[in-house]
Amino acid sequence: MLTFENPAISLKNVTKKFGEHTILNDLSFDIARNKITTILGFSGAGKSTLLKHILGIIQPTTGSVFVLGKDLNHLDKVQLREFRRNFGMLFQYAALFDSFTAEENVAFPLQEFTKLKKNEIAEKVNDLLTSVGIKEESFKKLPSELSGGMRKRVGLARALALAPDIMLYDEPTTGLDPITTKMVNNLIVETSTNHKDREMTSVIISHDVKATLEISDYVAFLDRGTIIEYLPVADFKNSQNPLVQEFLRL
Amino acid sequence: MIQKLVQLFIRQIEDLGAVVIEGVEGLGAISLFTARFFYWSFRKPYRNHLFFEQLYFIGNKSLTIILLAGMFTGMVLATQTYFGFKLINVDSLVGAIVAISLSKELAPVLTGLIVAGRAGSAMAAQIGSMKVTEQIDALEVMGINSIQYLAVPRIAAATIAVPMLSVVFLFIGNFGSWLVGTKTLMIDEALFFSKLSDFMFISDIAQGVIKAWVFGFVIAIIGTYFGFQVDKGAVGVGRGTNLAVVWGMISVLILDYFLTSFLVKIL
Repeated sequence: MLTFENPAISLKNVTKKFGEHTILNDLSFDIARNKITTILGFSGAGKSTLLKHILGIIQPTTGSVFVLGKDLNHLDKVQLREFRRNFGMLFQYAALFDSFTAEENVAFPLQEFTKLKKNEIAEKVNDLLTSVGIKEESFKKLPSELSGGMRKRVGLARALALAPDIMLYDEPTTGLDPITTKMVNNLIVETSTNHKDREMTSVIISHDVKATLEISDYVAFLDRGTIIEYLPVADFKNSQNPLVQEFLRL
Repeated sequence: MIQKLVQLFIRQIEDLGAVVIEGVEGLGAISLFTARFFYWSFRKPYRNHLFFEQLYFIGNKSLTIILLAGMFTGMVLATQTYFGFKLINVDSLVGAIVAISLSKELAPVLTGLIVAGRAGSAMAAQIGSMKVTEQIDALEVMGINSIQYLAVPRIAAATIAVPMLSVVFLFIGNFGSWLVGTKTLMIDEALFFSKLSDFMFISDIAQGVIKAWVFGFVIAIIGTYFGFQVDKGAVGVGRGTNLAVVWGMISVLILDYFLTSFLVKIL
């Protein structure tokens, strides 16, 4: 199992049970800083539960989750809420606020959490939307008027608005056509690498193996609540684990 | 045969028990939700613009339907009362009776039912569709409490808007009563107003306003609660909206009895 010095995220013996069902089973692994790590797994493997543990939305039954050196078990609800501002998240279907336009969606976290003036927010929104390839004529469109790919880009711009330390991607390419998949992949790589002055750790939760292997530095494979393989991407492609091999063949 | 009957009886008891347990659990959950509303109401940041948006939606956007309902309720009530009262020659009391009925009962109850149908359902549908499309998760990931952001402004606005709408209902209903009573049924206008001032008191209006205030709060609690309970996609949104309307309306009618019993003693 890979270990890193000063990891961005570290899970130590995390077990999560819902009643009789064990969703995460004594899970221990680190996620490297400033790298793209993908967590692959079949549906029901526990990927979403793992993501919610990283965000501190649910607490482990036993074990600890450390994010940027902080034990989430030791933060109260208010501290956790504030701590979550270190995260940006791109949801599977972008989760844009449907009553807001594209620019209002991106402006939202800036209005809520910064003291920027209106014109400064407008300027920043313009920069963010342009950086993800949204043209000005779409700034005032509602999410229902945008294509799936455009919604993802606006979602990404919104997630990046507060310059998070950790970006989480929940199934970023599932259900997209090959061209949009490539575009989203390029955006993930650009987002992760285009921060000259600061770090950006990216964690991708996916079962779209082909799309994610192209862009990841490390890949973990989650099965029935346990990491059964965790390797640098080149090694992962040659994994001898039969389940991983089966997954890679799909 | 007897064994089958016993089994049937036991099954009926079990079903009844399950309904009771579900009801108690539901009440517990809604009480916890109400407690969380109060907790988050008094914590910063206060998003006044969301409160005013909701006040506009619940209050201003319900105004036309309240005006129409109020006007015709007053007119119908005056007509019905007139033909009854005329038999015993007390038709001059029509204005007073309609005004008392409206202020104590009909204005708050009908306003409550209209708001439950219109705004309570909208609250459940809006929040429910936000839940199934992960918009509420997006708020939480940003560090924004979804109850504070979505429920608090809606509940606060409904608590203010429903009494205001009820007062509008009362005045327009009385206008309808006056119009029909004095212009169509030819009740003497001076007598109409004289009896009105003899029998109608401020406490009657206060009783209606207090009821409307409670109804507004409860309708919004129920609407937002069922919105947050939504799951299973579009079907879940439809179910949540339906439950919000049904329970909103039933709560208004049940609460009306208990509030009346209490308020007649103190006012």
